[in-house]
Amino acid sequence: MIPRIYIPADSGALALGAEQVAKAIEKELKERGVEAKIVRNGSRGAYFLEPMVEVATAEGRVAYGPVKPSDVKSLFDSGFLKGGHHKRWLGAPDKIPFLAKQTRLTFARCGVIDPLSLDSYKSHGGLRGLQNAVAMAPADIVKQVTESGLRGRGGAGFPTGIKWKTVLDTNSERKYIVCNADEGDSATFADRMIMEGDPFVLIEGMAIAGIATGATKGFVYIRSEYPHAVATMNKAVAIARKAGVLGVNVLGSPNAFDMEIRVGAGAYVCGEETSLLNSLEGKRGVVRAKPPLPAIQGLFGKPTVINNVISLASVPIIMDKGATYYKDFGMGRSRGTIPIQIAGNVKHGGLFEAAFGLTLAEIVDEIGGGTASGRPVKAVQVGGPLGAYFPRALFDTPFDYEAFAAKDGLIGHAGITVFDDSADMMKQARFAMEFCAIESCGKCTPCRIGSTRGMEVLDKVAAGIEAEKNLALVTDLCNTMKFGSLCALGGFTPYPVMSSITHFPEDFKPAPTRVAAE
Amino acid sequence: MPMQPASTEIASRIAAIIEELKDLEGPLLPILHGIQEEFGHVPQAALPVIADGLNLSRAEVHGVVTFYHDFRAKPAGRHVLKLCQAEACQSMGSEAVAAKVKQLLGIDFHETARDGSVTLEPVYCLGLCACSPSAMLDGEVLGRLDDEKIEEIVAEVRS
Repeated sequence: MIPRIYIPADSGALALGAEQVAKAIEKELKERGVEAKIVRNGSRGAYFLEPMVEVATAEGRVAYGPVKPSDVKSLFDSGFLKGGHHKRWLGAPDKIPFLAKQTRLTFARCGVIDPLSLDSYKSHGGLRGLQNAVAMAPADIVKQVTESGLRGRGGAGFPTGIKWKTVLDTNSERKYIVCNADEGDSATFADRMIMEGDPFVLIEGMAIAGIATGATKGFVYIRSEYPHAVATMNKAVAIARKAGVLGVNVLGSPNAFDMEIRVGAGAYVCGEETSLLNSLEGKRGVVRAKPPLPAIQGLFGKPTVINNVISLASVPIIMDKGATYYKDFGMGRSRGTIPIQIAGNVKHGGLFEAAFGLTLAEIVDEIGGGTASGRPVKAVQVGGPLGAYFPRALFDTPFDYEAFAAKDGLIGHAGITVFDDSADMMKQARFAMEFCAIESCGKCTPCRIGSTRGMEVLDKVAAGIEAEKNLALVTDLCNTMKFGSLCALGGFTPYPVMSSITHFPEDFKPAPTRVAAE
Repeated sequence: MPMQPASTEIASRIAAIIEELKDLEGPLLPILHGIQEEFGHVPQAALPVIADGLNLSRAEVHGVVTFYHDFRAKPAGRHVLKLCQAEACQSMGSEAVAAKVKQLLGIDFHETARDGSVTLEPVYCLGLCACSPSAMLDGEVLGRLDDEKIEEIVAEVRS
């Protein structure tokens, strides 16, 4: 048997030197005259171990990481093709604690298989969900997704099945499935990982959504900052089309479904669903007022399912193993699993898929291992740039949509950024306003003007100009933005701002006092 | 800047891109990406051609081009260096990275070096948030930037 070597081509692994490692391994194979097959897989998501190279042995896969190009010679010398010991040896990948503790449903294949091999996808359980779906009535598919309890993983947490039902029940000669892959939130990379590491699961999920609602055309709108995801998705769609997974007869059934990959152009606000639809139509990415709901009048005015990547990629396993199987994971009204993305100043950063219900302390301290800098954790921002900053006092909050809402926060797309005690929360609050000002689409006044005024007022607080009065003004402004903005950009910018002010008041003391205190 | 009619050669290259993509549903963004790929920016002269090809007003096309951060009105430097300045990278010192790069290159964000070697831009998230601070150089992703890596990048764009 020719040995197989797995070297991730995931962007995160590439950013840490996976390409150089691959080149070094190829060179070494050539020089030693050894034959081996190199597979460029996705990442399993343990970024503190990337580039993580795996070798398939008779006893299963053996991982090594983080591998540097300078390690390659000695890896060969230690017989790594047979799983030999080396200082980078990690053993069986699924026994690595960070990975062993996870519940991988949506990400079961990510980092394991060759992303562009449909055979490999099928041999790891792929297409079973779609196979079941083509034999079912649309209403039954929608029912199964509804019963699974799956809620929108983009951040809003709206029940996916209910969205689908509205589209199914709306009569139209043309309907669309739109996948929101405009993953712009800092601390999030789950969509990118799936698109680069297991693209067929997204294609399968979209095809199921199409059959369930009567839509025959799908679009994946991917942000331009993700060139590798765009390339992989384009290749995967072509392969799926050739294999009859997409086309006029999906898996040989009478159902037609095809899809296209579209690329955004650097506007954060296009992650908001209605502005994404405008962008797809070739317009400015300006937010639309709701109603009408996109499910009734969406893309080009037609009924449209618009779902996040992870929502759609979670559908195949629900259709394969049943609604109850999925629903049995989780807590309260948050059912199933959620890919938590642990990022920023953290020792063990990466993607951790688990059932809902872990507490922030478990995620940050136990799984994440504390800060990378070794300093105490000061704050964690949950849910991207529009999410609240949580102090240690709230670390007992369980990861659940409702529990976070009750603490004036949100789980969003489940990204967590860890900050150590060098963070200045006034600066973070100001940045939230600045980011909103840069990215505002300009349609509604609270967001367009409020964000700029918010920066100015916070600058006054920083300069010690009538700090108390100006902080009251910021609070009032946040109230206006929260309730007066058309979408989540202006509406949620108050979360990071107000949570900073509420939980870290010492950082908002005027500058002279702060200097004196130090 | 006086509006010059597009030279025949440029106009025909633009027309070819429009022709190839105009039957897509919602063709404007793919066309603009196509033009930027071909010319390195979206030349002013392209706007009336696109407007004409898609039966839009020139104002509508101008509105779309200027809405999106990606589309350039003039060509970038030979290299484009994007430094992530979003929260996850902030927590790992992206601000200091930016300050150092700016100082070494002698330019600020949104500027191009006088010798045309490099354009420096901020970017808000590259999805490399567990490998912060991160950057993108001509489409190539770079993570866990430290002084040594920054100096390598600067040397590369200067060469």
